[in-house]
Amino acid sequence: MTTTHEAPAYPMSRAAGCPFDPPPDLAALAAEAPLTRVRLWDGSTPWLVTRYAEQRALLADPRVSADVTRPGYPLPAQPRQESSPDDEPKRRPSLSFILMDDPEHARQRRMVTSAFAVKRIAALRPAVQSIVDDLLDEMLAGPRPVDLVEAFALPVPSLVICQLLGVPYAEHDFFQANSRTIIRRTATAAERTAAMGALTGYLDELMATKLAEPADDLLSQLAERVRAGELTRRYAAEMGVLLLIAGHETTANMIALGTLALLEHPEQLAILRDSDDPAVVASAVEELLRYLHITHNGRRRVALTDIEIGGVTIRAGDGIIAANDIGNRDPAAFEDPDRLDVRRDARHHVAFGFGIHQCLGQPLARLELDVVYGTLYRRVPTLALATTLDEIPFKHDGSVYGVYELPVTW
Amino acid sequence: MKVTLDQDACVASGQCVMAAAEVFDQRDEDGIAVLLDETPAAEHADGVRQAAAVCPALAIAIED
Repeated sequence: MTTTHEAPAYPMSRAAGCPFDPPPDLAALAAEAPLTRVRLWDGSTPWLVTRYAEQRALLADPRVSADVTRPGYPLPAQPRQESSPDDEPKRRPSLSFILMDDPEHARQRRMVTSAFAVKRIAALRPAVQSIVDDLLDEMLAGPRPVDLVEAFALPVPSLVICQLLGVPYAEHDFFQANSRTIIRRTATAAERTAAMGALTGYLDELMATKLAEPADDLLSQLAERVRAGELTRRYAAEMGVLLLIAGHETTANMIALGTLALLEHPEQLAILRDSDDPAVVASAVEELLRYLHITHNGRRRVALTDIEIGGVTIRAGDGIIAANDIGNRDPAAFEDPDRLDVRRDARHHVAFGFGIHQCLGQPLARLELDVVYGTLYRRVPTLALATTLDEIPFKHDGSVYGVYELPVTW
Repeated sequence: MKVTLDQDACVASGQCVMAAAEVFDQRDEDGIAVLLDETPAAEHADGVRQAAAVCPALAIAIED
């Protein structure tokens, strides 16, 4: 067994010049063994799960917990210092039900899942297409070069999630800035506490508005649950924060980083641009989700009992981190995994996680990426980078990976 | 092919509907999966197998 001082530090750094690949040290660990002890910022040494099969098995295992308040849970950073609300006896960094176990997790999650049902989301396609078309009209009429993140990648999902939740888009500077702070690895606990407080306060006020004047949106549905006594207003506001952050940050990064990856793989971009087959676009969405895997902080759990897996025994109370980014590069699950191939069948990737906490917004993310990847390169066939790869600022410090800026021209 | 679905385990990810919309649907009220056809025709077999493979809650079982 590896002792504490030998365990490598996690998370690890990507190699210079390889912005789309997971850190080489992570790949080396995966090649060695399916589970390895790693060392976190606080000196704790949870298990890092590096292979696809073991990741899926553990994330779907009811003997693991996502409850961030349990001893042994591998915290990604020093926890935010929030005062406990009256209805919450335990210390709990608020990111709503993604950090809870069943049955409360399932009870709360099921309050919002209907809005993300596949057919409900499919009905939003014309609205998403219209948002994408309008932003591209505006971008193409403006000066070159332009920052694709600011002009397109961030506004698309922000506008969509604002419409779905019933959040005024005019406030986007406010919620985008605070979201960025919350997911920045290098933000101090005080900074993250302040940002989360600001967003929760904002959503709490919005909840009051929706209680007074319900509209046809998801926050109003949550307000109805508050009125019915099924949800405290605090929990409703926290859920709103979760959906708002998850709804725009992740997709924005997939749009910008995905575009950069395609520009750096012109033969793959050509396949997408020159095909009018919706199946090609759908397949490219899955492959880019797999290949880029932007949530590069690992999915975190703690063992409730002893679990034997991959030749080791995880003890009750041991932390577990499933590094799904390297799992998506597992040669046992994907042939030639380090190659970007938009025609491959990548549908079984773990970019959205696995188990009961798998991303509930995935139908929306897929729809947005489908419309974006299916429109952008056909509308702007001469799209090109207006800088060099080494000048691009990557989000190495974010729990969600991507680019801060992407200067493009056409 | 005989299919069973555990609705208590389902987490409403919608993966099964994306894989085989002829065989799976979702409840209006909470997105929980609904099995439309317990013995789907051979033409849907691949989609159903994929649905079972990608279901994050392991809620779909298949007997051939």
